[in-house]
Amino acid sequence: MPEKTVTKLENSILEIEHRIEDLQSASLKDHIDRGAEIQSLKTTWEGMQRKLFSELAPYDIVKIARHPLRPLAADYVNFMIEDFVELHGDKRFGDDKAIICGLGKVGHEKVLIIGQQKGKSTKERIACNFGMPNPEGYRKALQKMKLAEKFHLPVVTLIDTPGANPDIGAEERGQAHAIAENIYEMSQLKTPIINIVIGEGGSGGALGIGIGDKFAILEYAYYSVISPEGCAAILWKNGENAPEAAKALQLTAKDLLRFGIADEIIQEPIGAAHKDPRATVCTLKSHIVKYLEELKTIPIDKLLERRYHRYRTIGKYEEE
Amino acid sequence: MVFFRKKKDMPNGLWVRCDGCKGLVYKKTVEEGMHVCPECNYHFRIFSRDRLKLLLDENSFEEMWANITPHDPLNFRDRVTYPERVSAEQQKTGLKEAIIVGKGKVCGREVMVGITDPAFIMGSMGSVVGEKIARLAEKATELKVPLIMVSGSGGGARMQEGVFSLMQMAKTSAAIARFRESGGLYISILTDPSLGGVMASFASQADITIAEPKALIGFAGPRVIQETIKRALPKGFQTAEFLLEHGFLDMIVPRQDMKKEISRLLNYLK
Repeated sequence: MPEKTVTKLENSILEIEHRIEDLQSASLKDHIDRGAEIQSLKTTWEGMQRKLFSELAPYDIVKIARHPLRPLAADYVNFMIEDFVELHGDKRFGDDKAIICGLGKVGHEKVLIIGQQKGKSTKERIACNFGMPNPEGYRKALQKMKLAEKFHLPVVTLIDTPGANPDIGAEERGQAHAIAENIYEMSQLKTPIINIVIGEGGSGGALGIGIGDKFAILEYAYYSVISPEGCAAILWKNGENAPEAAKALQLTAKDLLRFGIADEIIQEPIGAAHKDPRATVCTLKSHIVKYLEELKTIPIDKLLERRYHRYRTIGKYEEE
Repeated sequence: MVFFRKKKDMPNGLWVRCDGCKGLVYKKTVEEGMHVCPECNYHFRIFSRDRLKLLLDENSFEEMWANITPHDPLNFRDRVTYPERVSAEQQKTGLKEAIIVGKGKVCGREVMVGITDPAFIMGSMGSVVGEKIARLAEKATELKVPLIMVSGSGGGARMQEGVFSLMQMAKTSAAIARFRESGGLYISILTDPSLGGVMASFASQADITIAEPKALIGFAGPRVIQETIKRALPKGFQTAEFLLEHGFLDMIVPRQDMKKEISRLLNYLK
C-alpha cells in the first residue's frame, strides 16, 4: 500500500475502521443504537479515503495494483462467470496455472474467459508462479482462443501479471516465440476480444493475452512497457528510483485513457478493489456485458478492420 | 606501479580485440572478412549500413521513409531527457533512428528489407521503428515481394516512449500477420543481440527464421534471468545454437553465406 507519502492518513483511516467495528460489535452486545455515530464516522472515513486516493503518486497505484488482498482473476471467474467449465493444458508441454482458461456465461452471453492468476496463499502463489506465465500458458490461451473462434464465442481476457516468467525453462521453451505467436494470432482472430487490466499489466507478458477490440483498465491497475523497478535499475542505475520511474513511465489508467490506448477506466469502490471485491466484480461484469452487446453487432470483417486500425494508428513520431 | 596501457601500444586502430576469442586480430582482415574474426569465427556487431552492403546487390538499395524521427510523447526524463538522448545517439551513429528500411535486390530478386541497428539506443523499438516496420510490411503486401527483417536489439521495446513502445509490438505484429496471410514470404534474420519486445513480436513471426552464429537471442536478458534465479546460467544459454537445438530456428548461417542462402530460399519459396 502507499507508504511514505500517505502513511499518516492511512493510519487514521485504519483507526476509524477499527472504531466503527468496535461500535458495531458493542451494539450487537448491549443493543444500544449507535447508528448516528457510526454513520458520521463512515462519512469521515469516506472523505479521508477520497482524499488519500486523490493524492496517490503513480508508484502508490502500482502498489495498490499489487496489493495482496486485491481480487484476482480467479475471484472474477468465481463471482462473475456462471456455469464455468475450466479447460486445461496446451496439448504440447503442460498446464500452466498462471493462466486460467474456460467457458462460461457472463449474464446471458457465452464466452471464453482467460485470466492471468497470481494465487492467494503461499502455496497457490508458488503454483501460479506469482502470475508470471510460462510459454505453455500462452500456448494454452491460444489453443482455447482458436476453439472460441471455431465456435463463435467472444473472448474476455483478464490481465494481471508482473511479466512473463524470466527463467531458464521459459527460454528453453521459447517464451518470446510464444508471446509473439499470440500477438500475431490475436490480431486476426475471427471473434470479438475484450481485454481488461485488473491489476498489473506487465509488458510483453500482458500483451501475450492483450490484443483485442476493447481495452479497459481498472482504476488502480497499471500497464507498462517495463516494471518501474526494472526501468529504474537500467536508466537510473538504481532500483531505489522506482517511484520516479513510475512517474516518468506514465503507466496509470488515467494516462492510458489520455493516450487513447485504453477505451475506458472501470471505477473501483472507495479505497480500491480490495476494500469491496464483490462490488468491483459487479462493476466489471456490467462493463463486460456492455462491451459484448456492442461488439456482437459488428460484422466480423469490419471488426478485424477496426482492430487493425486500432493498433496501426498507435505511435507518436515526427515526419519531415 | 602499473598504469593503464598507453594507447600507442595498440597502433592506431590497426588491430582490434575479438570479443569471442579475446585475441588481437588485424583490423583489415576482419573488415575484409565481413567483420568476422578469422581466428574464431566470432561475428562482430556491425552498423546497419554495412550490413545492407553485405546482404543486397550493389547500389540496389532505395531507402524509404528516411525522414521519420522520434517524438517525446511522455516528456521522458531519467538522468537526461529523451530528446537529449536521441540527439546524442544520432550524433554517435549518424542514424536518425534505430532502423533503416527500404527496397532492394538480393541476387536480382526484389525484396523489402528492414534492419534495426543495436548501436542506436540498443536497437530498441519505439514509435518510429514500429511505424517503419508496419509501412514496410504494408508495402511488401501491396507490391507482393518478400520481406526481410534483420533484427539486432538488446533493448526490446524502448522504455522512454513507455506504453507507446509496448504497443508497437502489436502494431508490427498486425502488419506482419496481414502480409503473411496475403501469401507473402517473410524471412527474419536474428543478429547479436535480439531480445525482449523485438523478439516477442515481429522478429519471431517469420516463415523462415535464421540466426548468425553465436548471436545472443531470447526474451529476458541474461542479467535479468540471473538475478531472478540467483545462480549462474548454463554455458551457451540463449545463443543461436541453443535456439536451434530447442527448435526455434530454421537455420544458423554465417555472415559470409547469408546472401547466398537467402537467395536460395527466395528461389524455392516463390
